[in-house]
Amino acid sequence: MTEPVASSPAPIEALKDIEPSKPPRSQWKDVWDQLRKHKGAVFGMGFLVFITLAVLIGPYIYTVDPQKLDIRNKDFRPIYTAIWDGDSKVGWNKPLGSDQLGRDNLAQLIAGGRASMAVGWAAMLLSLVIGTFIGVVAGYFKRLDGPLMRLTDLFLSLPILPLLLVAVTLFRQPLRANFGPEGGMFILIVTIIAITSWMPTARIVRGDVLAIKEREFVLAARSIGTTPGRIIGRHLLPNVLSPIMVSAALGLATAIITESALSFLGVGFPSDFPTWGKMLADAVVRMEEFPERVLLPGIAISLTVLSVNYLGDGLRDALDPRIRGR
Amino acid sequence: MLSFATRRLVLSVPTLLFISFVIFMLLQLAPGDPMAQVPLTVPAEVKQKMREALGVGEPALVQYWKWLVQMAWIEPKVFIDWLTRESWLLGWLPDTALYQGELRVISWQTRSPVMDIVIQRIPQTLWVVGVAYVVAILIALPIGIYSAYKQYSVFDQAGTFVTMIGFSVPPFFTGPLLIVIFAVIAQDTWWLPVLPSIYDTTHEVTNWSSFKYQLQQMVLPVMVLALQITAQLSRYMRASTLDNLNQDYVRTARAKGLSEKIVVLSHVVRNSMIPVVTVIALGIPSIFGGAIITENVFKVNGIGQLLITALFANDLPMVMTLTFIFAVLIVLFNLIADILYGVLDPRIRYD
Repeated sequence: MTEPVASSPAPIEALKDIEPSKPPRSQWKDVWDQLRKHKGAVFGMGFLVFITLAVLIGPYIYTVDPQKLDIRNKDFRPIYTAIWDGDSKVGWNKPLGSDQLGRDNLAQLIAGGRASMAVGWAAMLLSLVIGTFIGVVAGYFKRLDGPLMRLTDLFLSLPILPLLLVAVTLFRQPLRANFGPEGGMFILIVTIIAITSWMPTARIVRGDVLAIKEREFVLAARSIGTTPGRIIGRHLLPNVLSPIMVSAALGLATAIITESALSFLGVGFPSDFPTWGKMLADAVVRMEEFPERVLLPGIAISLTVLSVNYLGDGLRDALDPRIRGR
Repeated sequence: MLSFATRRLVLSVPTLLFISFVIFMLLQLAPGDPMAQVPLTVPAEVKQKMREALGVGEPALVQYWKWLVQMAWIEPKVFIDWLTRESWLLGWLPDTALYQGELRVISWQTRSPVMDIVIQRIPQTLWVVGVAYVVAILIALPIGIYSAYKQYSVFDQAGTFVTMIGFSVPPFFTGPLLIVIFAVIAQDTWWLPVLPSIYDTTHEVTNWSSFKYQLQQMVLPVMVLALQITAQLSRYMRASTLDNLNQDYVRTARAKGLSEKIVVLSHVVRNSMIPVVTVIALGIPSIFGGAIITENVFKVNGIGQLLITALFANDLPMVMTLTFIFAVLIVLFNLIADILYGVLDPRIRYD
């Protein structure tokens, strides 16, 4: 009889599994840590959250109707003008003053921000969807690559702002009739901004998809019979998420500026519906006496766009694994 | 290279045809009527005849074909005639007299040929937007190079911040802001120069003082436009210089004992200019396109302002022609940028 085998041999020291001391880090935690180091991105994110909350919750806290005409209390200056000019017409009931029809500036600013942010987000999301779809399809299906990229080139060689203006003036009437003055304009502006701004996203996504679809994991997925739809959804889209996020930030900034520019030129929302661009345009004629009416919406637009741009910059750095960790 | 250029040039013809067709069909949907301004006392059948005289009411394809012939065949003849008759460049050639009085593209607003109005408006746009572009290039390139050379220095941080501002602050805000500062506040101070806030297009430069006034009235619009263009260009220049500064040939040049000045200015800058030159070329159509918003703020009656007024007045031939000219310029300068890229960078071979 042989000796009974020792129940377990003494483990070799070098092969001993040591419990990992730190929990595994996910990719998004890394990205977040990197993003927090970018001062501009932190400022941008903070301001974006602040302005979004302000326009979302603001109307419930400051419950003045932005479109209410209060002609007795017109042309109030902002409350802070009293600091250097004791005789100016100010009042606590109008913290940022009122315009030439007595509409409250703060309420208008909040309502205008609501319109601008809504248009910006909706147009950005729509243009991302179009751009990503065309980019993925062009990159994945070789047969569609040529025609779709020619289409993208064609759109890139269209003069954008003139066409925007043409389209807005053309389709204003029918859409207004169907969806009401504000709803129709919203749909029109969002669609037009999205249709004219999806091209950069499509190009970037196509380039990345072309590179990723040659990798081994896609081959492996295909070898076990994954359908193209599943490959795109499970393997390609998550890998092109970072360029999409960066172009989302840039797209939001462009959409906000384009909407304000349209309002400024007088082809945007109807004239009694406040937006930042429209407030600015209305105030330009009397900016010598009431500079704050130009400054407040102007600063609001500029700061929002600036913060979005900084956020995009930070995201680009944080999402790039070659830069991350430095 | 030559075959590439020819191929692209030939390919751009169907592209332009398609673009013009799309724009034309889009404009066909417009609800406006060219007779809307004619008094109500004019009988309906006279109005109908006037409409037909303007070419409205025929099938859209016929209208498109007529517009195409006028734009691509008759207008060039008029232009060549003008070149050989009046311009200082080719005026010494004998008058070609190609144009025999055929119908040209007529504006519904003024009932005069569209191209005549465009030719009248181009100098204003070129003066303001063109000067802004040149100023922006002159400022942006040194800023981009220096902030890349001193990456993460105070200068670089400040430059990046100003670039971000230039990206983010829209021209319809900087315009009024500058007007408030230089035309309103400046009147109460002794240290700020007072500048005209409205661009006077009828102003003629005849002597020194009128030239000075011309410069003064150009300052504000040029400042607004230059801030935007500088922001974009200096960003490109910085990125491109940064790419090149880490290349091996720069280390080699330093190892040879060349001075920093020669390394940066003649090795790095020359190579980093390659992508920037194409970006500059791609931006030139926007000079001719005019800056719609800036022209609107400072009342410069250039091309952009022409487009806006034509749109509001429902002047479809004018809108059509202007958008088509913009499209031609974009396609043309895309082609030029591609060719320039190949000429400047010997690593790129198109054939």
